[in-house]
Amino acid sequence: MTQTQTHQHLAPPGQVTHHLTPELLMAYSAGTLPEAFSLVVATHLSICDSCRADAASYDTVGGAVLDSISPDAGACDFEATLARITSSPAQPATAQPLPDDVIPSPLAAYIGGGLDAVKWKKVGGGVRQAILPTSSDATARLLYIPAGTAVPDHGHRGTELTLVLQGAFSDEDGRYARGDVEIADEDVDHTPIAETGADCICLAATDAPLRFAGWLPRMLQPFVKI
Amino acid sequence: MLRNVSTYDPEEASLAIGSRTPVTKSLKGTSPRMTKAKPVSDPSADWVACVERVKRAQDRAAFRALFDHFAPRVKAYLIKSGADMALAEECTQDVMATLWHKAHLFDPSRASVATWVYTIARNRRIDILRKQRRPEPEDLAWGPEAEPEPDEIVGLQQDSARLGEAMASLPRKQRELIEKAYFGELSHSEIAAETGLPLGTIKSRIRLALDRLRHAMK
Ligand SMILES: [Zn+2]
Repeated sequence: MTQTQTHQHLAPPGQVTHHLTPELLMAYSAGTLPEAFSLVVATHLSICDSCRADAASYDTVGGAVLDSISPDAGACDFEATLARITSSPAQPATAQPLPDDVIPSPLAAYIGGGLDAVKWKKVGGGVRQAILPTSSDATARLLYIPAGTAVPDHGHRGTELTLVLQGAFSDEDGRYARGDVEIADEDVDHTPIAETGADCICLAATDAPLRFAGWLPRMLQPFVKI
Repeated sequence: MLRNVSTYDPEEASLAIGSRTPVTKSLKGTSPRMTKAKPVSDPSADWVACVERVKRAQDRAAFRALFDHFAPRVKAYLIKSGADMALAEECTQDVMATLWHKAHLFDPSRASVATWVYTIARNRRIDILRKQRRPEPEDLAWGPEAEPEPDEIVGLQQDSARLGEAMASLPRKQRELIEKAYFGELSHSEIAAETGLPLGTIKSRIRLALDRLRHAMK
């Protein structure tokens, strides 16, 4: 049975069709997501203006919450703040790793550059992955899945976000291409297949506890080459 | 109330430097005495113009007005999010210093000042309290043709103010649930994004501003 939940908007062909849920966007705005999830959200927002506007509207809710707080924690030291401004002038913008056509800038910051800078590790069958350095409450990784690779039925634990950066995969719920996010909760059981054509590159984040060494995300367990 | 944003008068700002009175919005040709000073706690205070003055003239009086309103709220927000007094004070000073230094990055067609300050404070909270990095979406830089129209700004600011009013009139339980989410008391799986707030107009307004920026980048 398929229980993949995605938030579908109507969009012209070639544009993002599988979006983030309002809950994820609000949690991103509230600043309560694990870092790995925030990375997927920020990367999707870099590609999808529809979700970016939604996220900004949840920031507006945050602004309204801030504005309506009763300021009962007492005053803050104005003179000390001025001294801080004078003693620590605006920091010059540090050079950021450069994004490319596949890797948007928030992701480039975690890779240390674009696609060429990814340090892939082989996991078999032509599939490669690269774990990105985030806080330990969830794991973010890049996946490289050769075109035409199928992933048989299986279950998994926790929440898993999979954002397509290049190529595409399909399952019973539809087709996921660049910018599309698949949001899979527990008990999802379906069969994604990486399309023929370009190899598929995804950013995946999961908050499932790592139960055993060598644990791999759902997309990779187990895969077979057609 | 936002008409001075695009017709900025440097002379008016220089009068305000060094003064500790709240920033007033005197119209050209009117005597300063005729202009009623707005108390800083006035919810309709023109924060956009204050940020504009900080940006263009390093105007301390404008900064003081922003500080008096937002610093105690940022501090309360950080304490509600789990900071102790000393850390909240330290962090608040940092947030307000960031407001000063980054005033040029504030885009009034995409956010109210309260929203902008909220995002600075939230990012500081993630950094200091949760000890995590905060991935932010790719920057949509201001291009030369990307300057927003004045009514775009007014519209967004008015929508934000209306959202604040709508929030105030929500049933107490519902408002508390939203506050809990933003103070970090709910995990992402516990959050209910259905707020009962009218977010539709804000979303479409921000979307238009993004379209303008995208267009200018081409
Ligand atoms: Zn989207």
